[in-house]
Amino acid sequence: MNILLEANGLNVSFDGFKAINNLSFSIAYNELRAIIGPNGAGKTTFMDIVTGKTKPDSGTVLWGKKNLSLLRMSEAKIVELGISRKFQKPTLIESQTVFDNIMLSLKKPRNPISTLLYKISSNDKKEILNIATEVNLLEKLKSLAGELSHGQKQWLEIGMLLAQKPNLLLIDEPAAGMTAPERNKTVKLLKDLSNNHSVVVVEHDMEFVKALECKVTVLHEGSVLAEGSLDFVSKNKKVIDVYLGR
Amino acid sequence: MIDFIKTCDRKTALFFFLSITLMFTLIIIVMSEAYGFNIISTSFLKILGKTLCLCIVALAMDLVWGYCGILSLGHFAFFGLGGYMIGMWLMFERTKNIVINSSEKIVLPLTDQEMNEAIGNQIFGVVGSGDIPTIWYFADSIIIHLFLIILVPCILAFIFGWLAFRSRVTGVYLSILTQAMTLALSLYLFQNNSGLRGNNGLSGLQNIPNLGQISQAELSVWFFVASSITLILTYLICNLIIKSKLGNVITGIRDNETRVRFLGYKVESYKLFIFVITAIMSAIAGALYYPQAGIINPAELAPIASIYLAVWVAIGGRGSLYGAVIGAAFVSLSSSYFTGGQIPDINLGSFTVKWVDWWTVILGLSFVITTLYAPKGIGGLIETIFRKK
Repeated sequence: MNILLEANGLNVSFDGFKAINNLSFSIAYNELRAIIGPNGAGKTTFMDIVTGKTKPDSGTVLWGKKNLSLLRMSEAKIVELGISRKFQKPTLIESQTVFDNIMLSLKKPRNPISTLLYKISSNDKKEILNIATEVNLLEKLKSLAGELSHGQKQWLEIGMLLAQKPNLLLIDEPAAGMTAPERNKTVKLLKDLSNNHSVVVVEHDMEFVKALECKVTVLHEGSVLAEGSLDFVSKNKKVIDVYLGR
Repeated sequence: MIDFIKTCDRKTALFFFLSITLMFTLIIIVMSEAYGFNIISTSFLKILGKTLCLCIVALAMDLVWGYCGILSLGHFAFFGLGGYMIGMWLMFERTKNIVINSSEKIVLPLTDQEMNEAIGNQIFGVVGSGDIPTIWYFADSIIIHLFLIILVPCILAFIFGWLAFRSRVTGVYLSILTQAMTLALSLYLFQNNSGLRGNNGLSGLQNIPNLGQISQAELSVWFFVASSITLILTYLICNLIIKSKLGNVITGIRDNETRVRFLGYKVESYKLFIFVITAIMSAIAGALYYPQAGIINPAELAPIASIYLAVWVAIGGRGSLYGAVIGAAFVSLSSSYFTGGQIPDINLGSFTVKWVDWWTVILGLSFVITTLYAPKGIGGLIETIFRKK
């Protein structure tokens, strides 16, 4: 299997607290993966490392066929390589419309001069409409992002990831605040995405993870406890002890 | 729908701003001493011209603070630098002309060295040295000095911004740094050996070299018109920036820096870009202001000046361009009205209300009231009034 992202021997500590402890993780091209684990297991910190927000004390993160190291790159450079991230708390530009939010996310030159001179083309408009349709926000295009419901905000953020045409999507708790039909739709969306993207989903909700029908990585105290299908990891005794059994 | 209303609002605002400014300019010309019916005095015309320059800095401040969210408390440093750059040429050239005129009575023409000594003594005698400092090397050339008006503040803003934004200094810490910058610059200029005449500053700037035959009454109209045109151009540039995608990015940085960064935008470059552009705007405004004021000294760069700038923009309305212009015009004109001695002090027996002192109190109170009850300032109030209709 072709490896897209490979992290090896990562360690991070904050004021003596080991958030990530010798963590190794890899994901293949077009793979859908769920990461579960109790609070403080290091799920979000791991995403912070991959996206350049946090620098690890030691370890490597390699990207793509050329094995580029992500650790010395800026956040913007990592996005340019094709890693996009949805935050746990919906992170949008709430004072701007849904349309503008998606427009800003489109894969275009990111320097001040080209954004100053940018003129929206009919192709770009079509793309924005397509994305809005895909995340069920077509009617809301002209609404301010801040006026959306929690579930819609989650979707808008996923739509913004799509607009960036990434290779790897890191999605932190997509199902929070969604109704059951919205959840089902999100599951379908994520599964569709994994046909031509690699997707990492962090989720607490077991039903949701089950519906994704993918390989699951269980994190605990900053390192991998078990990895495999949900059925397989659910039978692991250590996993039952720290997480599922409670 | 909101998008539509917004663009509509911006276009209406632009239309109103342009027509009001043009009308105002025309009316003032018609009322001027030199070209009209002599209704307003030259000194009042100069106050109006200076006010327009302050409106330009307010636009710059609104762009950097109201739209990009960087509370810079140092933009008056760039304003002052622009003033110093034009002032050097004005003062040097005028002194040179005086020296040449007075030397016509002498039989032998002055050598270059004698000329430089004479100019040096005229300008720098007051700080105890007759030598012309190296930074005055280009003071003879208006072209280079017009260029320096832009270049010097641009370099300072770039270096400062690059260091500050790259280290991800934000919020109140950045504001303090900008205050430190303007304070340091002001203290440096206060020194006699800074090469810019210490606390004497540069003076006689209202006399434009080689235009001696033109009266102050006429010159003041010229500067007033120039300030008015520059204000309109600055407004148009700010408007262009805001309505472009760049505008979306910078307001995005103001509202959610993390999101913008993780969309792949280099937040630091954008902040630097806006910081430098607004520094240049402020410098141009300064270069127009000080020939009308006639004198510049380091006190103009004192930290308090930049704080006043923030107060104007806050009262006028952050995040609306015309709000910033209204705020700067309204507050600075009231300020010169209250502190200019035009209104008599109120005698309350044992206590006298001196407006010069009480003006600061009024300004402070109106700042507090705006912040509490009209966070969007005068501009926001206008918007709500028009929305209700």
